[in-house]
Amino acid sequence: MAEVLFFIAGIGAVAGAIGVASLRNPFYAVLALVFHLLSLAALFLLLRAEFVAAAQVVVYAGAVMVLYVFVVAYVGGEIRPTRPPNTNRVRFLAFLVAGLLFVELAIATLGSGLKAIDTDGAPLPAEPGFGSPEQIGELLLTRFLLAFELASFLLLIAAVGAVVLARRRGGLGEAADERTAPVREALRPPGTGTMLEAVQGLPHEPVTAPADVHESEALAGRREGKE
Amino acid sequence: MAIGWYLAVSSLVFCIGAAGVLLRRNPLVVLLCIELMLNAANLALITFSRMHGDGDGQIFAIIVMVVAACEVCIGLGLVVALYRRRLPIDVDELRELHG
Repeated sequence: MAEVLFFIAGIGAVAGAIGVASLRNPFYAVLALVFHLLSLAALFLLLRAEFVAAAQVVVYAGAVMVLYVFVVAYVGGEIRPTRPPNTNRVRFLAFLVAGLLFVELAIATLGSGLKAIDTDGAPLPAEPGFGSPEQIGELLLTRFLLAFELASFLLLIAAVGAVVLARRRGGLGEAADERTAPVREALRPPGTGTMLEAVQGLPHEPVTAPADVHESEALAGRREGKE
Repeated sequence: MAIGWYLAVSSLVFCIGAAGVLLRRNPLVVLLCIELMLNAANLALITFSRMHGDGDGQIFAIIVMVVAACEVCIGLGLVVALYRRRLPIDVDELRELHG
């Protein structure tokens, strides 16, 4: 049973990876990466890493991929080609480097003479659940507390950095977007008395007399009407 | 399943990601391929954690996931900044630091 699940998940992971690297449309590449991540979570489950698999699905395939989809939709998936496509020589060199890397990694991992490489791994202790949230939480808050705190600090720095990088700057034809009006301004009917109207008059009737004269005449008229 | 099979899948995914980084010129897809390489490393870490039967490798994988989230954050911020400045979204065109 474990073998069948391993081959399904492994083939899914490799197929998703090939899809990410080869699909033209970045939107489909993101979807292929989601598929890859889900297959990888199945592999993690087969390796008894339950908490990491759950975090992979929730954090990675959920939140991070939604971020990707938003940016792809914002930038606009298809990028117009500004240069001719890669020549065959570049393509060949890239595949050659990747193939050599695979050979090297295979030698480094499979040919390393690790005694456990043909086994299913160490026998697991029954009592503290291996890979359970209890074990992960205890390790994170005792032995790896410094790494945990540094990771939270790194996340804070990355959030601040992303806001600084992606904020709106002046220049390059964006000046029209910069001017913003408060919501109050749109909801208020004209002529209901702001400081701007007191100085400039209403936008649709031209101001003939200076504002203070106009106002004093109006006051005088009102006083006469009362009397 | 034997541990070696997981390591084989991991190195295969890592090489596909490396080929994607070398071949693709859209920075979004380059970021996705870096994600692939990080995930391959995560799979290897969790495989070794299972091999030794203790949880240290899983902690390492979680920290790698944090670093990957930060990298996505900064990378997508850079892509959005490029788009705002009307620069070409092509890693071969953006070679001012290249010398």
